[in-house]
Amino acid sequence: MKRLLKIYLEKPELAGLVLLVILIAVFQVKSDGIFLGQQNLRGILGLLPETGLIAIGVTLLMISGEFDLSVGSVFALMPMSMAIAMTHGVPFVPAMMLGFAVCLAIGFINGYITLTFNIPSFITTLGMLFMARSMTVVISGGFPPLLSSDIPTWLFTSYVGPGELFRMSFLWFLVVGILAGLLLARTNFGNWITAVGGFQQAAAATGIPVKRVKMVSFMLCSVLAGFAGMIQVFRLGSPLPSIGEGLELQAVAAAVIGGTALTGGIGTILGGVLGALLIRVIDNGLVLTQVDANWFKFAVGFLTIFAVVANAWLRARAKRIKVEISS
Amino acid sequence: MTSPIISCQKIEKWYSGVHALKQVSLDIVPGEAVGLVGDNGAGKSTLINIISGVQTADAGEVHFEGRPVSIRSPRDAMDLGIETIYQYNSMVPSMSIARNLFIGREPLRLGVMGFGLIDLKKMRQESVRAIADVDLHLRTPDALVGELSGGQRQGVAIARAMYFKSKLMILDEPTNHLSVKETNKVLGFVQSLKEQGITSIFISHNIHHVFECCDRIVAMARGEIVLDKPASETNMDEVLDVL
Repeated sequence: MKRLLKIYLEKPELAGLVLLVILIAVFQVKSDGIFLGQQNLRGILGLLPETGLIAIGVTLLMISGEFDLSVGSVFALMPMSMAIAMTHGVPFVPAMMLGFAVCLAIGFINGYITLTFNIPSFITTLGMLFMARSMTVVISGGFPPLLSSDIPTWLFTSYVGPGELFRMSFLWFLVVGILAGLLLARTNFGNWITAVGGFQQAAAATGIPVKRVKMVSFMLCSVLAGFAGMIQVFRLGSPLPSIGEGLELQAVAAAVIGGTALTGGIGTILGGVLGALLIRVIDNGLVLTQVDANWFKFAVGFLTIFAVVANAWLRARAKRIKVEISS
Repeated sequence: MTSPIISCQKIEKWYSGVHALKQVSLDIVPGEAVGLVGDNGAGKSTLINIISGVQTADAGEVHFEGRPVSIRSPRDAMDLGIETIYQYNSMVPSMSIARNLFIGREPLRLGVMGFGLIDLKKMRQESVRAIADVDLHLRTPDALVGELSGGQRQGVAIARAMYFKSKLMILDEPTNHLSVKETNKVLGFVQSLKEQGITSIFISHNIHHVFECCDRIVAMARGEIVLDKPASETNMDEVLDVL
């Protein structure tokens, strides 16, 4: 029993989950039951994949011990590259491939510069944040291109499920989330990600290709950010060069609320997803309960700090539960 | 005379202006427990790093089991059967014992080109066995390594090396920062290696520890081997004298 309690207290996503449940309950009561109504859930779940996909990538990368502040810009650059290619007559699928190739290249550059010159990824990706945003505006030529109407956007935006509860994008998000969760927890590569972030020297001493593991994490993170941006553009119908601004910090907040350690080595994909959901819930709940929506950032900021403090407290509690390890 | 399991021949290493290893040659025969002593900067860590693949030599050759080998990474060394246990950095504290035991060598249930799903069940079962084999009694392989004591961690590291049937085990200051009781436990592990016929190199500042569990003493100073004698033919005073 004590052992079970200890195991659960040590789960990094616990604090996020508890906060989520509390907030949902509060909003449900304050909004007279509208919050969990079908209409409103559709709204939340329709936006969740965009924040959620970025959060998954950022969580993965943070567990490997690195940072990516450029995700918000990549979020805009990917769909913009795709749309510009299409205005030049490139068909949808190759244009999309091109967009993802841009993401892979940015992830590669982020990783390559960070690892080769041994500088903090905070700096590398901060630089990339500005550069990728600038490229987005430049290639757009100041006028956002129109998306042609024969793109199969329904693959990402149409409503499906019981009572048309969620968009197709939610299914993509679910699949990516499950795959990323499996990757991290069940595959040897995931084990390496955790080991590299947890204690790099130990990982290197056991023969793990540290640089390649981080490189792949950087590239995965960029691709997921681009994917999220593409989904948003399909939903909005036009690739605006300004989308995704500030999303990088929301993604870090989501990962941290979900229990990911800033220092790497600790965290789960589920935690990152819960963190993203929490952010969406706050955003929606504040509006629904007629609180001034400008409190949104305040609430996210407060919860980020609160979740980390709560997590540290829970972990300290767990440590104090005395379960004999040796027999 | 049995042929050596590892033979270092005229190893040279420079660090910009420092001549860290000067034509160091060392042969170790199977089953030997060699104690490597020396002051900081004597070159013992450099020599060990070259054997375990963390650094590469500027000149000289390493022969393992009679064949010349090129050890360019820790992985190369591990594939040859050379395992190194460091003072701190052989375990990831935020991961479970079972995962730590198999980092980089996870048993796979389904894999393509070396990547795939870990066989978690097998990993747990084998961890329990590996830990029990070194007389370390832990109730669960799911406990985080960060919750273990220093001595227990070294025990797990040694269990890992034993499990992967290492032929040569290098212990780099494994007793630093451990309590007396824990130190004795680690020395016990080292002695059990000898009983199982595993060759070992034990590095320590503490000459008492070395004499307690090694049968040959090699002392280094200023990048050279200054003493190499069976433990029975030398004593602590002589070793301290040459250092």
